[in-house]
Amino acid sequence: MKLRLDILRRKNADSEPYLQSIMFETDNENATVAFALTNICSGENVTDVEGKPVSPIVWEHSCLQKKCGACAMVIGSRPRLACDARLAEFAAEGFVRIEPLKKFPVVADLMVDRSAVFDALKTLGVWANGEVGAPDRTDETAYEASRCLQCGCCLEVCPNFYAGGDFFGMAAAVPASRLIDQLDPEQRKELSAGYRKKVYNGCGKSLACRDICPAHIDIEKLMSASNSAAVWSRLHALFGRKNRGVKK
Amino acid sequence: MGNVIIIGAGLSGLSAAMTLAEKGQSSLLVSAQPSERAQSVLAEGGFNAAADTMGENDSTALHFEDTMKGGVYLADPNACAALAENAPKLLEKLISLGAAFNMADGKPVLRNFGGQKKKRTAYAKASTGKMIMSALIDEVRRYESKGLVTRYPHHKFVSLIVSDGECCGVFVQDIYTKKITAMFGSVILCCGGMNGFFPEMTTGTTANSGYVQAEIFSQGVAFANLEMLQYHPTTIGIPGKRCLVTEAARGEGGRLFIKRNGGNYYFMEEKYPELKNLMPRDVVSREMYLTRRQTDCEGEVMLDMTGLSEQVWSERLPDLRQELKEQLGLDPAKEPVPVREGIHYFMGGIFVDEFHRTCMRGLYAAGECACQYHGANRLGGNSMLGAVYGGSKAAQQALADGVKSAEGAADMSKAAFEEARPVFIKKISDILLGALGIVRNEQTLRAALDELGRLSGSNSDETARLELARAMLMSAAERRESRGAHFREDYPEKDERLRRTLVAQLKNGEVALEFRDLPERRVGDEAQT
Ligand SMILES: Cc1cc2nc3c(=O)[nH]c(=O)nc-3n(C[C@H](O)[C@H](O)[C@H](O)COP(=O)(O)OP(=O)(O)OC[C@H]3O[C@@H](n4cnc5c(N)ncnc54)[C@H](O)[C@@H]3O)c2cc1C
Ligand code: SF4
Ligand code: SF4
Ligand code: FES
Repeated sequence: MKLRLDILRRKNADSEPYLQSIMFETDNENATVAFALTNICSGENVTDVEGKPVSPIVWEHSCLQKKCGACAMVIGSRPRLACDARLAEFAAEGFVRIEPLKKFPVVADLMVDRSAVFDALKTLGVWANGEVGAPDRTDETAYEASRCLQCGCCLEVCPNFYAGGDFFGMAAAVPASRLIDQLDPEQRKELSAGYRKKVYNGCGKSLACRDICPAHIDIEKLMSASNSAAVWSRLHALFGRKNRGVKK
Repeated sequence: MGNVIIIGAGLSGLSAAMTLAEKGQSSLLVSAQPSERAQSVLAEGGFNAAADTMGENDSTALHFEDTMKGGVYLADPNACAALAENAPKLLEKLISLGAAFNMADGKPVLRNFGGQKKKRTAYAKASTGKMIMSALIDEVRRYESKGLVTRYPHHKFVSLIVSDGECCGVFVQDIYTKKITAMFGSVILCCGGMNGFFPEMTTGTTANSGYVQAEIFSQGVAFANLEMLQYHPTTIGIPGKRCLVTEAARGEGGRLFIKRNGGNYYFMEEKYPELKNLMPRDVVSREMYLTRRQTDCEGEVMLDMTGLSEQVWSERLPDLRQELKEQLGLDPAKEPVPVREGIHYFMGGIFVDEFHRTCMRGLYAAGECACQYHGANRLGGNSMLGAVYGGSKAAQQALADGVKSAEGAADMSKAAFEEARPVFIKKISDILLGALGIVRNEQTLRAALDELGRLSGSNSDETARLELARAMLMSAAERRESRGAHFREDYPEKDERLRRTLVAQLKNGEVALEFRDLPERRVGDEAQT
């Protein structure tokens, strides 16, 4: 398989971006964009289509198996994990365009600064002051919520998110849904207020985020659980704390 | 004021930060990538603790015995006893933080794992590491909000700051700005295994590049049992790496076979009637390797999970099934999966005592980077436990020793940062893989050392890596016996005289090796808990 990779590069945050095209050939039919980038970076004397030397491409990666969220980038105009994007998908066109995520400041080449994702969790206060307690049986909500990779693909497609803005999006709301109905009343009130302000109120509920999530997290289900804890429960305050079958 | 610097934010680093914060001690948590990217999130099968929730009369004493036996008695018995003893309490703690374990009636469900006679492995489907990490990350965030933990994400370790033979801090580099800074205080290394020495052949992440290990080895820190590499028997090849098929697949009933004379030969079941497919990993990997070479056997070893019930697939291993469908395009519930051995874990590493102290004062190591608990072969499920327990133990010891000052002066001119080129790493890796396979002998090890001798590094990291690689090969040559993961065809038996720790250290620019006696087991010692 032979494919042209059109990579949007940039030496550092302050320099001008430029497009570099590199031909990549492999007989591994399962080869991914991550595989191509690794091989280009570890190859000797790699040149681009114009014969110019290719300096090492800066990109973030770790697990290479869709479990760590490091390698999110825009591939063929969609935010995806590079280790989940098979080159064969683009074989018919003969090329694939690879760019950094656009919602975050670029550090260099394909590496972006996703600090906003982690800062949002801190601002929102995603942690438990007290014990969460042992559930009677496997807590599927907690399991699903804990799967978030913090990759940022959902934020890339979200019409309402921008880094440093007031709307936090699903990369914050998903982890929050692990805890929101598990907290002591006071902390629950706080996190619920934050959730309403930073997620619920600004969310258009188109669920573009769900469709793009590379971990296929059931965002809709988690949000309806969070909404019932943080939004609707306010209306039923008299019923007191409702939780997911947790033994206290 | 005192300060603790933790290098690495996987399970062991988070555990160290949490323990320090619980005791009111602040720490700096430095990691090249956020915790969500650490190798710990990949851990699948489970976390060992003799919580005895399955009515099998399990005990921490049996957990201790299995750990020692699995490691072929090369581990520190006092450290292992304390590990087993503390495991149930740690599991309870993780549950109280809300880690999404598989539960029934308010108690964790336990599964079978290799080398253990009882069900002792707590799990969250086949995503146990991710579930524990998510809970610990949230807990550490709580301490971040109180100012007790300060994260330095996107910061790489550069080198130790050493003064009068004591470690008093580190140089780190911000990956984003390239700026190098000095940090002062006691240092706990939690930087994971040396996976970066084996690109493409490891189930882990090459983001654990081995840079830290190579650098501190060149700074004189002692390492131990570097010959002890764990090959996991069941891995599949995916682009650029080996992908693990968790041992839980066999724990839940998966069987290994190979084609022989037209039929299926269940070699593990025939050769090991008691534990069968759940023998310790060193044994399974070796048997697979040797069976593939039998003239009457053909093709790859297959992992047959077609006998697992729908309930097991849906409640316990749905994520594994999904992963195999996506990666291989086959449904493991319907057809067997071809598997091969892959480099999975480093039993050897930074030489530490029972309290996670390295040979350098002020420097501690925990988690996979440290040589502790697993002897010559790690039992599945003992590593996450070892990381959580070890991180906490190292933190407690740093406090007990009196944490070092946050103030200091360092010569910034010594703080150069250079990284090995991928081509160079590949060259070393090819040499190591050729000699440090599942079956080893003196001749190939010597030849590999000669080949390594012909390489020369073009920067400080490359030179440091060469020395550490040399130490790995020399250790494998020096241990003239077969024990656990280290199998020498020229010395196929265990030698009791070599039931000792093999310590490697750089002295005057040369790798020096020395066998050291293992500590004696203390009996009835309060320090165990
Ligand atoms: C696929 C897989 C499945 C596994 N399954 C299990 C299981 O079921 N049960 C079990 O017990 N064990 C399992 N293990 C082993 C276990 O997951 C690891 O041994 C354990 O998680 C290691 O934790 P750690 O804290 O030592 O290191 P890691 O989680 O690897 O963290 C290392 C940290 O160090 C940082 N770091 C590395 N280099 C640098 C540097 N130069 N500068 C700054 N920071 C750096 C990284 O960013 C990271 O934060 C599995 C391992 C793999 C690969
Ligand atoms: S539903 Fe729409 S607005 Fe809401 S987080 Fe998802 S993409 Fe953004
Ligand atoms: S919700 Fe999905 S897309 Fe968004 S950060 Fe988490 S894993 Fe990534
Ligand atoms: S490298 Fe981990 S998700 Fe791609």
